[in-house]
Amino acid sequence: MARRTCSLLLAALVASMLLAAGLPSLARAQEAGHVKVSRGMVQIERGGQKLPAAVGAVVQAGDVVTTGADGSVGITFLDNSLLSAGPNSVLAIDRFAFDPTTHQGAFESSLRKGTLAVVSGKLAKASPDAVKVKTPAAVLGVRGTEFLVRTGESKD
Amino acid sequence: MGKLAGLAALGLLLAAGCAKPGRDDLYVLMPAPTGQAPGSVTVESAGKQAVLYQPYAAARVKEPGRVEPGTITEQEVKQAFGNALGAQPPRPTSFVIYFEEDRDDLTPDSRQILARVVDAIARYPAPEIVVIGHTDRVGTVQRNDALSLRRAERVKEELLKAGVASERIRVEGRGEREPLVPTPDEVAEPRNRRVEINVR
Repeated sequence: MARRTCSLLLAALVASMLLAAGLPSLARAQEAGHVKVSRGMVQIERGGQKLPAAVGAVVQAGDVVTTGADGSVGITFLDNSLLSAGPNSVLAIDRFAFDPTTHQGAFESSLRKGTLAVVSGKLAKASPDAVKVKTPAAVLGVRGTEFLVRTGESKD
Repeated sequence: MGKLAGLAALGLLLAAGCAKPGRDDLYVLMPAPTGQAPGSVTVESAGKQAVLYQPYAAARVKEPGRVEPGTITEQEVKQAFGNALGAQPPRPTSFVIYFEEDRDDLTPDSRQILARVVDAIARYPAPEIVVIGHTDRVGTVQRNDALSLRRAERVKEELLKAGVASERIRVEGRGEREPLVPTPDEVAEPRNRRVEINVR
């Protein structure tokens, strides 16, 4: 109860701070990847709207992908990174830039809760610091590899 | 005064609530696929770090700044990440098709490869196919730009004939700029007369 109140208050605080600061203009609509696997409840939140995340749907930088209790989703990005999330997950695509010729760019995402499997792609191969995954408690630096992330509050 | 005390008490309550969000975080390095160099993942939490570089190395974070390195079994991985792993898209793959000298005709062997490409595409949900044409260094740069694009277009035509939808295919020509085998200018090199087909 205390924790929920706390997160609500914090959320309200952050929201009002953002409003006060003036919302940053939304990133230019830019294709980052495509949904390849979609099971159960999966949504893409974009600019305040909730869109269905069917197979073939475009994922853009700035999107937040959420899965329900029965949901899971798999996304292939333009640099061949594969991200897939299990049930009750919230995955934000914070930043995606990829030059298909030089393989330079950056890929930053945040798993706010839930589970995530990552197969890194050409970005991680080309430059070791290009790919980052954040959680509420940690930041992961990725050197061309496959890894798993679970984040959430403990059930005590 | 009473109001202020009330606010202060509320603040303390909030701080106490916020101060200990016990966490259940788990970070795991998976084995690299055969033939690929193993990578590593650095887990950093509130100034504390753990580097995972062995397969099934794991770091647990119970609260920010408390990073506990350890390992995990395959069974535990399945339990914790089975659904996320089950939703992994098929791995991207690529093929190379070779061409006759100075022409956009496929070599006889390449016909068979093309059949394999078509089979592979069928296994991808919402497939994206990028076809990139190349040439060797015989001829001018402009002429090779045009030839490389013609070769890529030729492959696209073949894929369309096999039933692949046009909007799934993107075509590019790189001319003689990206040889598979570097050569001096004006050297004929069959391995550079090629089209790459990337499927994801």
